[in-house]
Formats: sequence, C-alpha cells, structure tokens
Amino acid sequence: MTATRPGAAPLRPLLQATDVSMRFGGVKAVDSVNFTLGEVELRCLIGPNGAGKSTFFKMLTGQLKPSSGQIRLRDADITGAHPHEIARAGVGIKTQVPNVFNALTVRENVFIGAARRTSVKRADAIVDEMLVRLRLTSIASLAVGQLAHGQRQWVEIATVLAGEPELVLLDEPAAGMTQDEVHRTAELIGEINKTHALIVVEHDMPFIRLIAKTVTVFNQGRILMEDDVGRVLADQRVRDVYLGKQAA
Amino acid sequence: MTPVHLSARRRSGLSFLAVVGAGLAILFGAPHLVGTYGLVQLTLFAAVAIFALSQGFVWGFAGIMSFGQAAFLGLGAYAYAVAAIDMGDSTVPVLISVAVPMLFAAALGYFMFYGRISDAYIGVITLTVSVILFQLTNATSGSQYHIGQAELGGFNGMPSVPPINVPGMPDDQLDQTGIWYVAMGSLVVVYAFLRALLASRFGRVVVAIRENETRAQLIGYDPRLYKLLSFTVSAGIAGLAGCIYVNWGGFISPTVFALSMSAQVIIFVLVGGLGTLLGPILGAVLIQGLINAAGGQSAVDPNLGLGIILVAFVLLIPQGLLPTARALLARAGSRKEPARAAAETARPLAAQPLAPETRR
Repeated sequence: MTATRPGAAPLRPLLQATDVSMRFGGVKAVDSVNFTLGEVELRCLIGPNGAGKSTFFKMLTGQLKPSSGQIRLRDADITGAHPHEIARAGVGIKTQVPNVFNALTVRENVFIGAARRTSVKRADAIVDEMLVRLRLTSIASLAVGQLAHGQRQWVEIATVLAGEPELVLLDEPAAGMTQDEVHRTAELIGEINKTHALIVVEHDMPFIRLIAKTVTVFNQGRILMEDDVGRVLADQRVRDVYLGKQAA
Repeated sequence: MTPVHLSARRRSGLSFLAVVGAGLAILFGAPHLVGTYGLVQLTLFAAVAIFALSQGFVWGFAGIMSFGQAAFLGLGAYAYAVAAIDMGDSTVPVLISVAVPMLFAAALGYFMFYGRISDAYIGVITLTVSVILFQLTNATSGSQYHIGQAELGGFNGMPSVPPINVPGMPDDQLDQTGIWYVAMGSLVVVYAFLRALLASRFGRVVVAIRENETRAQLIGYDPRLYKLLSFTVSAGIAGLAGCIYVNWGGFISPTVFALSMSAQVIIFVLVGGLGTLLGPILGAVLIQGLINAAGGQSAVDPNLGLGIILVAFVLLIPQGLLPTARALLARAGSRKEPARAAAETARPLAAQPLAPETRR
C-alpha cells in the first residue's frame, strides 16, 4: 500500500496521528485515535453521524486544535498549527458544506486556489487545465453563488486541487449529486489518486464500493475497525453501528 | 480563456480608461470653466471623494467594518498641520500625513485582526477610537500642548496651516488653483492605484477573503495579514484626504475626528454603491453637494435631511446608485440581445460586493 517517492524515505507515512483526542466540555468527540496514511494512499472513512469524522478532519486541517495527541505530516509536526500553515504544508480539504467564494466566478474561485504557490501567469494556466479537467469550462464565467450544489462541490474540488496539495481530504464529496455526477466524482478520485494521497469521508455505500481500497470505520469517537473494503462492509459490527443496533 | 471572459476583462479596462479620462478632463477643464470660488468647492469634493474611496475599499472590498475612518482622516490632517508648521517645507509633511495614519492603523489593526476580534466588534472599536481621538484633541487647549512650534489648540483647532508648496521651495506656496490640481490629481491617482491593487493577486485574495474567510485559510492564505494590510492602506488614503482637507481650509479642528465625519463617509459609500470604487466618489460628491446646499437654507435641519436620505436609500436603493444603474443598463441591453446578455449578466452580479444571500 505504501508507495515510495523519490526524495521520501521509504516506509515513512505521509500522515500520522498519534493518540489524538478532542474534548468539547465533557464530550469526547474524538478519543485517542491512531491513524496512519501512506504516500499516495486512498483511504475512506465511514461511520454514523457524530462518530467524529468531521472533527477528525478539522484537527487535520487546523480548524480545531486537538486536546491531546500529535499529528505529523511527513517530518513536520502540524499539531495545532494555523489552517493556512497546514494548507501550505500540503493539505487541501473540500469541506462537508461547500466553502466557496460565492460572489466570484468559477474561474476566479479556482484562480485563488492556484495563485498562492505560483505566478499569476502560471496560475492562469493551471486554472484553464483544472476547468477542463473538472468540466467547468462552460460555466467558468458564472458566479458560484448561482450554481447548483453538485457544481459548487466541483468548483470547490477544483479550487483545492489548483493549489497542488500533497494530501486531499474530501468530506462527503458525493452528497447531493446526481447519479452521473457521482460516477464522474468516483472517476475523478481515481485520477487524483494517481499522484495524490486522499482521505474520503462518505456515507454512500455504493460510492465507497466504487472507490475504496482500505476503509477506516469511526464510531463514537474511536476507530472501530480498519481493513479492506470488502471485509469492512461484510462485518457485522459495522452493519450494527450503521443501523444503530449497538446500545450506547 | 473563453470569449466571455475576455470581453469582461476588456470591458473592465474600458471602464477604467473612461473614468480616468473623465477625471483628467475635470482636472484640467475645471479651472477654465469655474471661478476661484467654484474651484474651492470642487477641491472639497475631491478631498471627501478620496476619503470615500478609503471607506469604499476597506468596507466594500476587504469587508472590514471600519466605522471610524475619520480617525485616519483626522490623524492625516493633524500630522500634516503639525509637520508643515514645524518644517516649513511641505514635501515631507505630505508624506507624514499618509505615514502617521498608516502606522496607527497597523498597530490598531494588529491587535484587532491577530486578536481575532469579530467583525461587529471591529466596527465598535474603530468607532470608539475615533471618539477617543476627538476627545483627546479637544482637550489640548493651552500653550502647554504643542509639538515643536505647532500648538494643537484644543477645540479651537489650528488656524493658518501653511498650504502645500512647490517641493523644495517653501516660499513658493500653491494658490487655490494649485491646491485644486493637487486634490483632483490625487483623486485620480488614488482611484487608479486602487483599481490596480484590486486587479493584482493581492486584491483578488482580499476580495476572496471577504467572500469566505474559511476557504481562503484552507487554501493557505493568512486572512489576518491581508486584512491588516488592507486596513493600513485604507488609513493611508484617508490620511491623504485629511492632508488635502487641511489645505482646502487652511485650518484644522477636532471636528475632523467627529462621529458625524465617520457617519457621512459611510453614507457616501452606501449611496454610491458598496463594493464599487466609482460609487463612493459619486456618493461623496452628491451628498457633500446636498450638505453644502442645505447649509445655505434654514427650512430643514441638514443632519435630519441627511438621515432621511440614508433611510430612503437603504429602503429603496439598497445596492446604491452605481450598481443599480448598471443592473438597469444590463436589463435594457438584455431586451435587445437576450442571448448575449444572458451570458454576461453574470458578471455585473458577480462584481457586487455581497451576493444577495450574504447581504444581511
């Protein structure tokens, strides 16, 4: 699973979370989670609502500072760093509720994503490439605030990818999409995974089957199991937590 | 690049040239068309228009609720007055009038933005700071309050402030026509500067942060830094307006820090159109013209009249004059060429500062 890249030491994970916890008052939203992701790995996170997936994502991106534990990206300790610092270190996220620049056009949105790392001229080239790749060229001049939910999600994905992150986090990328859009998103994830590591949070089981190799299951702030997608989806405990059979 | 994108860029370039061209025509035409009295009035319009641009930029584009811009206007005005009296030559004082408000804004902004003060409280703090400065300068009566030879003069202010002179020649002071060229020239330069700034990567990121701070952060921009820089730039522009304001009257008093100054400039921007640059200029000229006219009559209290105008605008033309005019033009155009206009109406909508759903 762990592919090596030139320059990266072999067997060193891209992302490593050690004993990470997040407490809100007396509630433990995430409880001593250990999580490791290799270079160019694709991982799916599943779990019922409130299992701690989005909280975990927020800690990975710096939107929340963990109550305890450590998060490392390659050699860098990014625990509790500012979101913009973590983004610069190479982590990009599509959030659950699309975060886009509503009054700006599609092109302008993607430009902002591309322009941080590079010259304006190069950024314009990246934008053109990204618009074609995500099939947004025909709506490039429309304000993102006017677009349908699925299109807004793709604009957000394009904006994130334009920044050329090492690790892409997608929080429910298929939510609210039509069947065609879901298939296109699955294809896209495959394409991204050729060069980037990804963590995908999703509830849509057919979609998980379409894209997943390894799946991590969250439940009540802890990792319930982590295994190959086939074994996870066949597991009785996983079925139970999704159907709510397990008593709290 | 799609054709629509190109045409939007070209249209933006044309509008820029048209506004700068009109500004230059007024700059060089006005001395031939109006007498000295008219020119003095126009100089005041140019000063308040620059002040309105500072508010229009910081609020309409950076989304910072700086409701005490008069603090920077006053600091610029007092900095110029004090420096000009002490130094004789006006060249450095003009620079000081821009630098002092910028330094003050950088320090104040650092604590506000890096201290994660929320938007509404930034409004409260900036407003309060302008009131504090008003009270402070008001309390400087007496000869013990002086900076060098310049006595601050408390609520009476500082009379006979020397006007701008030809750089390096303190005895060669500008007359009212000369001050007009400086004032209107500054307005054109500030407008062009802000247009260029907004077209740059920095300006585009500033607007993106206004739209969605979280997203900008998650891409790797530090919103605190961009807001601090925008706030500081706007303070420098307000300071320049203050410098021209002193040169217009040859006199400065604490009323430049007054709440009514901060309130007026907000009204200029709202009336002209939040999220545009030309709008605040037009709003400033229109409202300042009304204020001047109201001063010459006694039927209606000027402040009451101003309040009524503000309420009427917020209720009837909430977008402001310029965006409303643009929307009407776009609608008129769409009746003629429905297909082409349908593709292009997206642009004027996008150019508005706050999309309808975010404007609450």
